Amino acid sequence: MAATEAPKTWPTLEVLRPVPSELHPATDNPDLLEINLGPNHPSTHGVLRLVTTLDGEIVVGLKCEIGYVHTGIEKNIEQKTYWKAIPYVPRMDYLSFFSGETAFCMAVEKALELEVPRRAEWIRVLFQELARLHSHLIFLGTGSVDLGGIALLFYCFRARDEVLDLFEMATGQRMHPRYCQVGGVAEDLPKGFEPKCREMIAFMRDQVDQYDELIAANPIWSQRTKGIGVLPPDFALQMGMTGPNLRASGVPYDLRTANGGYGAYREIGYTPVTEQAGDTHARFRVRIEEMRASLDVIEKVLDGIPAGPVIADDRKVVLPPRHELHTSMESLIHHFKLVTEGFTVPAGEVYAPIESARGEFGFHMVSDGGPKPWRVRLRSPSLVLLQSLAALAQGAYLADLIAILASIDPVLGDVDR
Amino acid sequence: MVDGVLATIIKSFVLVNVLMAFFAFMTWVERKLIGRFQVRYGPNRVGPFGLLQPIADLGKMLQKENMVPEGARVKLYMVAPLIAMTCAIGAFGLMPFGGVATIPYFDYQFHLYIADTSVSLLVVAAIGSLGFYGLMIGGWASGSKYALLGGMRAIAQLVSYEVAFTLAVIGVIIQAGSLSFVAISDAQMPLWFIVPQFLGFLVFFVAAVAESNRPPFDLVEADGEVVAGYHTEYGGMRYAMFAAAEFINAITLSALGAVLFLGGPNGPFLPGPLWMLIKIGAFLFVLIWIRATLPRVRFDQLMKIGWKVLLPVATLNLLLTAVAVVYL
Repeated sequence: MAATEAPKTWPTLEVLRPVPSELHPATDNPDLLEINLGPNHPSTHGVLRLVTTLDGEIVVGLKCEIGYVHTGIEKNIEQKTYWKAIPYVPRMDYLSFFSGETAFCMAVEKALELEVPRRAEWIRVLFQELARLHSHLIFLGTGSVDLGGIALLFYCFRARDEVLDLFEMATGQRMHPRYCQVGGVAEDLPKGFEPKCREMIAFMRDQVDQYDELIAANPIWSQRTKGIGVLPPDFALQMGMTGPNLRASGVPYDLRTANGGYGAYREIGYTPVTEQAGDTHARFRVRIEEMRASLDVIEKVLDGIPAGPVIADDRKVVLPPRHELHTSMESLIHHFKLVTEGFTVPAGEVYAPIESARGEFGFHMVSDGGPKPWRVRLRSPSLVLLQSLAALAQGAYLADLIAILASIDPVLGDVDR
Repeated sequence: MVDGVLATIIKSFVLVNVLMAFFAFMTWVERKLIGRFQVRYGPNRVGPFGLLQPIADLGKMLQKENMVPEGARVKLYMVAPLIAMTCAIGAFGLMPFGGVATIPYFDYQFHLYIADTSVSLLVVAAIGSLGFYGLMIGGWASGSKYALLGGMRAIAQLVSYEVAFTLAVIGVIIQAGSLSFVAISDAQMPLWFIVPQFLGFLVFFVAAVAESNRPPFDLVEADGEVVAGYHTEYGGMRYAMFAAAEFINAITLSALGAVLFLGGPNGPFLPGPLWMLIKIGAFLFVLIWIRATLPRVRFDQLMKIGWKVLLPVATLNLLLTAVAVVYL
């Protein structure tokens, strides 16, 4: 592992005024070139539009235009009963999709004060880490393409397929599985899942080592990323950045352990991965190390997963088991009521954040006591990342802007919702 | 050392067609190889092993709409791909493929090159540089900002690398004592120049990669930054001509490398043209390998490599060669 040295002094980045996410050129020089990166551009990772002002090749102005994939998911959820809203949620951050499901279910459970069985918590951790792995693999592949190295994309997508195979095996879907339920998970792990998962772990460890070598041993890669887009920790905290980008600046803030952690992370334990440099290179490195850490967590889950039910036993919230429908009238009534009307959640508001692949991902949910949420808002990590892009790209080369954008890894579905 | 007019025309005709066929084949090789480097198959649908893929591509390109974007300078926009293509093919005409060949039964003797001037190297460098006008004009005349950025990058890149490139080959010229490709090839009979001129070869190779706009120096068309650079607004056959010109430039520079450093068409057992093809193929393989592996350098880094690394090294190589030739 290449040791990254901390810079002696952090550069002073300031929150830009009047709008934090916009950088205006200091002069009205007529030679400045205003260029539109996106919404259809090879390296805007979805449909982000960057109105960039260039002085030669140097970025002097930047404005992020978002909203091109606005889907109204938050508003749609208000029209749905709680458990029918679950499939919407992973479509927001579609790269670490399982994190979305889990966060939403956790918020509902918190509002209901519902106890989740231990085994379900462990399974959730397993799939959250798989989703994180999936997200980081895509980050690495597309990030590499943005820097001009095309081969890594294909390697990462091959490895990603192995992760998706596991999702398919356990849930029947490769992406957006709707596997998480309020009260637990939909089904237990299938037979043969564990050996297949261990195979994936062995394969992935080897792959991650290879990617690491490809990046670490490549002088062009180092030149392109070291010292580019340095994010000082105080600025990152000021802007509300979380996740791997914050940890790349040396702040060991990770919701899996911060504030005592959540879910099965409390039992399994986790040590946040940090880097000190805070530049683009560190952001790539943090994610590579996090992939290794995720594999460790997955291994721990496979080793120590407790036996027991995978979903809570509260019949007012959780669907009754299928076989009871044929024998028990009460179960049939419960089933009917749950499917048609849904369960009610006591009035009040909750906020349940989890650590997704991009940072603090949490739903703020307000209930009016009915079967549908009154308002749901996502605290999206990606939106915050984009707000600091202008400050990071100030005075950088056009190519650096692309590298910085790739390294902070926003997902536009998550930004626009 | 020149054949008759008719013979030269026939030879030119043959060479252009062989070159285009070789280019088509090499695009297939490139896509196949990059496919293998990236754990996929590459083209395998059209013909056996996808061998007819270039022909299918050509057919597709020919059918495309003849489109000129609004705001383009129409005449310049149309002429730019022609400049690029003509220069790319023209530079290849001076490459030697051997000495004298005889057609059996007729006893007709001819040379395996179109022309062997006493300033071949200069001519190739000049025509190669002219080709950049195509990129520049294409970028400027498209009326697109991405294309303009790509075109500007092309000029800056050409200026930086032409100098190092020329300085690197001067070492070879001093050692061979001639600018004629045939003479340079023959001067390497016992020992290829890649051994005494190794430093020069390294500079030549890096500069050649940059000159042919191949990764990691393909900033002119860096897709992550300037979409497709100077040919962003081109489609159909005009785009195909730019793409062909670029690849043929790579072939020409490979041929130049083969002539200057690997003994040209000279080699044991096999005939000259075959040796040339093998050597060109070896260069192209390395170029493709690099493309599949390396990330792209940044624009200022490209300039730094050109002016602060290659130029001093090339100058040093030149000095050393001069001293060695005079005193040894």
